[in-house]
Amino acid sequence: MNDLRKKVQIKELISAERNKNFEEVVIGYSEEEAVSESQRCLNCKNPMCVKGCPVNVPIPDFIEKIKERKFNEAYKIIKTENFLPAVCGRVCPQEKQCEGNCIRNKTGDSVSIGKLERFVSDYYSVNEENTAEKNNKKIAVIGSGPAGITCAGELAVKGYEVTVFEALHIPGGVLSYGIPEFRLPKKIVENEIDKIKNLGVKIITNVIIGKSMTIDDLLYDGYDSVFIGSGAGLPRIMGIPGENLKEIYYANEFLTRVNLMKAYKKDSETPIKIGKTVTVIGGGNVAVDSARTAKRLGAEKVFIVYRREEIPAREEEIIHAREEGIEFILLTSPVKFIGENGFVKAVEMVKTKLLESEKSGKKDFCEIEGSNYLFETDTVIIAAGQTSNPIISSVTPGLKIYGNGKIFADSETNQTSIKKVYAGGDAVTGAATVISAMEAGKKAALAIDKYFKNEPETV
Amino acid sequence: MYRIIKKVILNNDVTMMEIHAPFVSRRCEPGQFIILRVDENGERIPLTITDYNREKETVTIIFQKVGLTTKKLGLKSENDYIQDFAGPLGNPAPINIKNKRVLGIGGGVGIAPLYPQIKKLKEAGCITDVILGGKTGEHIILKNNFSEISDNIYFATDDGSLGEKGFVTDILKKTELSYDLVIAIGPLIMMKSVTDITKKYNIKTNVSLNPIMIDGTGMCGGCRVTVGGKTKFACVDGPDFDGFEVDFKECMERQTVYDEKHICFMGAK
Ligand SMILES: Cc1cc2nc3c(=O)[nH]c(=O)nc-3n(C[C@H](O)[C@H](O)[C@H](O)COP(=O)(O)OP(=O)(O)OC[C@H]3O[C@@H](n4cnc5c(N)ncnc54)[C@H](O)[C@@H]3O)c2cc1C
Ligand code: FES
Repeated sequence: MNDLRKKVQIKELISAERNKNFEEVVIGYSEEEAVSESQRCLNCKNPMCVKGCPVNVPIPDFIEKIKERKFNEAYKIIKTENFLPAVCGRVCPQEKQCEGNCIRNKTGDSVSIGKLERFVSDYYSVNEENTAEKNNKKIAVIGSGPAGITCAGELAVKGYEVTVFEALHIPGGVLSYGIPEFRLPKKIVENEIDKIKNLGVKIITNVIIGKSMTIDDLLYDGYDSVFIGSGAGLPRIMGIPGENLKEIYYANEFLTRVNLMKAYKKDSETPIKIGKTVTVIGGGNVAVDSARTAKRLGAEKVFIVYRREEIPAREEEIIHAREEGIEFILLTSPVKFIGENGFVKAVEMVKTKLLESEKSGKKDFCEIEGSNYLFETDTVIIAAGQTSNPIISSVTPGLKIYGNGKIFADSETNQTSIKKVYAGGDAVTGAATVISAMEAGKKAALAIDKYFKNEPETV
Repeated sequence: MYRIIKKVILNNDVTMMEIHAPFVSRRCEPGQFIILRVDENGERIPLTITDYNREKETVTIIFQKVGLTTKKLGLKSENDYIQDFAGPLGNPAPINIKNKRVLGIGGGVGIAPLYPQIKKLKEAGCITDVILGGKTGEHIILKNNFSEISDNIYFATDDGSLGEKGFVTDILKKTELSYDLVIAIGPLIMMKSVTDITKKYNIKTNVSLNPIMIDGTGMCGGCRVTVGGKTKFACVDGPDFDGFEVDFKECMERQTVYDEKHICFMGAK
């Protein structure tokens, strides 16, 4: 018998090889491995893992089905609460959520809930029919990221006629243009989106709400309610000298060129240009993804420069990045970019130190005077945060916004300051996580449904 | 997919197309642009909306066959389809009819985006003069369209085949320079030279910037320009800016990022 304190190790591509291609790093469990891992679940009476899951997937229930080798049934259980399990199994920060709460953590490894979720999602290939009776209510969803897709799916299975409007030419939001292929294959995202379309959801790409049509137009055109899931797609400008030198990219541009426009493929018409040494500024998932992408494009040295000590990115990705040869420079911040012939050539850095802020208990930081030094680089990728895009809010009178242009939404119902208009995901919270965006999309869908169920019949 | 309703070859380099695009035609205004992809693996390129017809749900674009994408687009015929056509993007041009006397200056394909702005000003009752420049007379597009909406029209060509031999700025210097507003659209160097002159006379000058773009919605930051010392995104803050405030030197620098060979394609997959 295996040591039940240890999880069944997952197979991965070899780091020295994978950092030169875009294939998915984590290979996934085989059936035997999944069953074996499922047997580590203690099926707790009061499962803490479920409490850690923002959408409350009945985790022990689906793991029980894996024990019985009823993989399709396991999938259906997850699907009752989570519309994008193949995505979540791959990108959720499980160590802070379900797995972080797992009782097995106390004496060993937590159950690999994320990997099991991924296993059953990849196993399941039945195309579900939508059997819900149509209720003749039309809903417009703005944005096809996790928030919009979840809201659309939840409403479609309740009988609503849902149309999603997407600004880009491909649906998926950050799942398509942001998170790289080697972590979330685009095929997986396409499959998940096809499943949503299969429920009857219509997705219209190339429509920018606020420009092509306003929210008023949508309501005028006969949509009974609108959900805004437009994300946080506006890079934060650092505002330090030299930021517009050539070969300084915001992470969104860099990742979009690679993921959405496939700049790494020979037949792509959208190029990307990177040098031998690449310096990434920031410490979140976006920074780590940019660094690993740069390495795969052939950069010899890739550095992640972060002003604090603890990298906030997903734990597994930090481990993978280190294995792939990414170097971390912590407690350091850029103050200036220095150029030559219009191209960036070096970054002036300053060392930082942490301060224990008395009020919040959260560690703040300050720059250490006189600790500046020059750091030579050929390319810089700035991943220093995102803010909300003003395209919708600037043309929607009455839509309340707060702090840096985020859309205000009620924390219970996700309704905005406008009746019948709901919002959720990064557009409301600022850059957060896939699962929190999905939670918001789901809450809004439930609130919309409740609204129409309670609405007195209009004559 | 978006159908090409009409195709007109304006000269060897420049083509006009009318595209069926109901979501663009519904709300578009002069000064705004679209982003298109010709086919499945194509890049996204921005093109200014030259004209539109809300009843027919069409949008007219004019493009010069310079790069891979515009060449491929030029190969398409009437009733063919374009893969993606998104818009309208950017802000409508700041059209202020208090400007009684307006001078439009268009260079090369920059003449196309100038057209809807001058048309709108004319319709609003302004006095509109235009200077159009190009390599040869043949390269000056929309001559007839402009003559219908301009009080005075001047031409400058490199070879003197139409109007004056020289630059649009040579003609500009000879005008009375008594305009309330100048709108200059064309190559960066032309727009810069125009503002160098109009600045001396303190004539407000709007220019339209067309840097490298990807999404056109403010998401990537690739289109950033410095205006009045601040970083702006041409796609959402522009494309029209006060010409006196634009850092043309930086714009010209940034436009050359992808000029060299040092571009990375990977063989993966
Ligand atoms: C590189 C990167 C890596 C990440 N890694 C992780 C991770 O590992 N785990 C995790 O949990 N989270 C991760 N995140 C964060 C996560 O992806 C986001 O929090 C999540 O996608 C937000 O979902 P959303 O639906 O609110 O918005 P988005 O995914 O941003 O989708 C918004 C969509 O709306 C469209 N849109 C915007 N404006 C309009 C308009 N006016 N009209 C029509 N459409 C519009 C956009 O084009 C986009 O498709 C990562 C983010 C990035 C950028
Ligand atoms: S084109 Fe991407 S931000 Fe303007």
